[in-house]
Amino acid sequence: MSNAAAAKTQSRKKSKKNSQLKEVWRRFRKNKSAMVGLVILVIFALAAIFADLIVPYERAIEQNGSVRLQGPSSEHWFGTDAFGRDTFARIIHGSRVSLSIGFAAVGISLIIGGFLGAAAGYYGGRTDNIIMRIMDVFTCVPGILLALAIVAALGSSMTNLLIAITIANIPGFVRLVRSSILTVVENDFIEAARSYGAKDFRIIVKYILPNAMGPIIVQATMGIAGMILSASGLSYMGMGIQPPRPEWGAMLSEAKDYMRTAPYLLLFPGFAILISALCFNLVGDGLRDALDPKLKD
Amino acid sequence: MSERLLEIHDLEVIYKTGLETVYAVNKINLSLDKGKTLGLVGETGAGKTTTALAILALLPERTAHVKGEIIFDGQDLLKLKEYELREIRGEKISMIFQDPMTSLNPILTVGSQISEALMLHNDQNRSKEEIEARVEEVLEMVGIPAFRKKDYPHQFSGGMKQRVVIAIALACEPELLIADEPTTALDVTIQAQVLAMMNELRERLQTSMIMITHDLGIVAQTCDDVAVMYAGEIIEYGTAIDVFTGDKHHPYTVGLFGSIPNLEVDSPRLSPIEGLMPDPTDLPQGCKFSPRCPKCMDICREVPPTDYVEGGHRICCHLFNKEGTK
Amino acid sequence: MYKYVIKRLLLTIPVLLGVTFIVFTIMALTPGDPGRLILGQTARQEAVDQLNHELGYDQPFFTRFFNYIKDIVTKFDFGVSYRTQQPVFDEIWARFPFTLRLAVFSIIFSSLIGVSLGILSAVKQYTFIDTFSTVMAMFFAAIPGFWLGMMLIYFFAYKIPLFPTNGADSWDGYVLPIITMTLGGAASLLRLTRSTMLETIRADYIRTARAKGASQKIVIWRHALKNALLPIITVLGMQFGGLLGGAVITETVFAIPGLGMHIVTAIRQKDVPVVMSGTLFLAALFCIIMLLVDLLYAFIDPRIRAKYSR
Repeated sequence: MSNAAAAKTQSRKKSKKNSQLKEVWRRFRKNKSAMVGLVILVIFALAAIFADLIVPYERAIEQNGSVRLQGPSSEHWFGTDAFGRDTFARIIHGSRVSLSIGFAAVGISLIIGGFLGAAAGYYGGRTDNIIMRIMDVFTCVPGILLALAIVAALGSSMTNLLIAITIANIPGFVRLVRSSILTVVENDFIEAARSYGAKDFRIIVKYILPNAMGPIIVQATMGIAGMILSASGLSYMGMGIQPPRPEWGAMLSEAKDYMRTAPYLLLFPGFAILISALCFNLVGDGLRDALDPKLKD
Repeated sequence: MSERLLEIHDLEVIYKTGLETVYAVNKINLSLDKGKTLGLVGETGAGKTTTALAILALLPERTAHVKGEIIFDGQDLLKLKEYELREIRGEKISMIFQDPMTSLNPILTVGSQISEALMLHNDQNRSKEEIEARVEEVLEMVGIPAFRKKDYPHQFSGGMKQRVVIAIALACEPELLIADEPTTALDVTIQAQVLAMMNELRERLQTSMIMITHDLGIVAQTCDDVAVMYAGEIIEYGTAIDVFTGDKHHPYTVGLFGSIPNLEVDSPRLSPIEGLMPDPTDLPQGCKFSPRCPKCMDICREVPPTDYVEGGHRICCHLFNKEGTK
Repeated sequence: MYKYVIKRLLLTIPVLLGVTFIVFTIMALTPGDPGRLILGQTARQEAVDQLNHELGYDQPFFTRFFNYIKDIVTKFDFGVSYRTQQPVFDEIWARFPFTLRLAVFSIIFSSLIGVSLGILSAVKQYTFIDTFSTVMAMFFAAIPGFWLGMMLIYFFAYKIPLFPTNGADSWDGYVLPIITMTLGGAASLLRLTRSTMLETIRADYIRTARAKGASQKIVIWRHALKNALLPIITVLGMQFGGLLGGAVITETVFAIPGLGMHIVTAIRQKDVPVVMSGTLFLAALFCIIMLLVDLLYAFIDPRIRAKYSR
């Protein structure tokens, strides 16, 4: 190879990672529904971060007997609930709970699940067997019952709700990481790295994880949607966020009693859950197509 | 003069996806006589497999845009309806695929995969027993004991799987057999066995064949005619004797031959062709080979060359065509 | 094959032991004690302590755990409910049919809808039917089940009073809950079926089949679907197991006295024997379902059959 060509490959290697990301972004941007999902999620996230600027927290928790169960109006965009609290304010402030639980639960289960899954997939044999049998145990217990029991044991709070849905979701992530790692481990370049004496940790971090990342990122994104749904479900069962703190699932639970007289109470929190979960799924789908374009055609 | 079986005129295949446009095959012309073998030679990505799939109309309908004419037995395959094509696929034209490991359905017995082809084209109204007998006959023909028809693909080795694939392709005694790198995935010793078997069967059944390969040794062993493909074009075309021994060649063909070791001439090292095949989404102007050509002239970068013809030998290069392009 | 089944059945024993241990631990962490639960808030502390002693609740955690296991193994005794003083399985058998009906009908409908539409949209990729069903699946996969249930009640029990709002006294009480559980499951099955079918259709052996001259129908039904079925039945099995246990929320929305509701009530009241036996029962069911799924695998795929008989 000529010198010029060699230099070119060199520089190409350097910018390879960068341009790969750019390429993924370029493909992602072409996906209209994924972009819509992303934009809506950004709006939701901004609303959650700047909730206090949009509408004061007091409006979400202060009870006001004079404006009980009012329909949507210019004063109360989404109406008021049985305690005269403003539904719009409760939804905006509730997004903090849902989004942060979604992200945190996925983050934690990804770290723990990733660690266990990587160990199981990479070492195989006994390690694999022990880890996977323990995961089997957790998979056998219906997730929602497990989470309910954990919240009942630890007490209802946001942290405990987070712990509960994280534990219930770890086995899924262990399986996913393990299987993505297994497909990478079989590659020759892992054998090559081993043959020149690279340490296990280095091989996992430097060679395996980057190559197994695609499906994991996609699953994590969609996992957030799943976590939001489970968290709201637990709150609906009265085993999550405690009043007066606003949470979408708990709001629906309260709305149940006023279904006949104030159906709008049912509408808005449900749509908030639906739209946020839908958007995470859309973004996840878009990421999958962008990361692995050959799946599309 | 023997009879024409297949004639391809100005075949063009373009893949259009939402993201890019790939010029896979660019206006190629080919012909094949009955009982003859044509070698389609070139690097990976030259458009050989795409050409083969275009003949069988097996390209993805939505993304692949095919233009030109493919005349087989007097009819243009590109104008046929899907149900008419199904009559041709497997019965008159069949294909041996590159990777025997993935070309067989893992959950059906090899026997049923062979008999499927026979049942789909059961013009002679064979009974079930007759079809089973034919399956056994075909298996024996490719060197697999008949009792193994009840086995599943995973019970066979790579070479044996390729024999099964060949058995499927030959079951209906097609007029044209397209072999897409039939031995690439196999060990060298198995390669030789499979090739010898294919040659023998072809001679016995008088089947015409298109042999797709990047292995010039295989071409020398099996082919009557040779077409050298580069970046979706046929850059040299002629009889095996023309291409292997003639004194005029396309610089790419010269490079291709320079890339294989020659034991008779004492050369210090191999001389590979420098550079890579051009990006099919962004082909160079003028001659597609010009960026890599050791004999590149100014004209090559601007004007696409036309064929230089000498008897049946065609070379698509400016080197021999200087007068014509002035 | 028999060997494999026996091996798998033996393997469920440690898994169920693990389940017992985990649930037992969680329940032990839950505040409250059985003596107080049985005798009520007004009982004297001495009487409560006395009862706790009789129940062995004052013993260390591991002693209690081993006693629990011992009673199950030696006497097949799962204990009596703290609340009702009845043997736990009496109540489980009374409640389970409600849950089973919901789960069986939902899994049947969701697989019929999900798998068939999934195949259809994969085969007719990028057509109207594909876009329509994937968009619908997208929506229903993101709808929280309890909200869907409440919306169905609002529209089809209040606005148009076709069905009762709650209860399962007659068949029409099941309609809305089954629709609720079906739609979510069908949505995820549709997405899975579509993507596995698309992947399978691209396989080399599908091209081989088409090169033989096989029609689209043969290619899809004989070659593609059977191969795509493996991941689908795994998910079907897991979904069915999940429906049995996860019907809790739907049961709550529609006030159906199923097993899930029963367990949740027991969790709230710290009725340990009921929670333990209920979860064990569901876990054992789940293990059996997954074993059946694996056997179905072997039935479809000769490679797996070969692995099992080894």
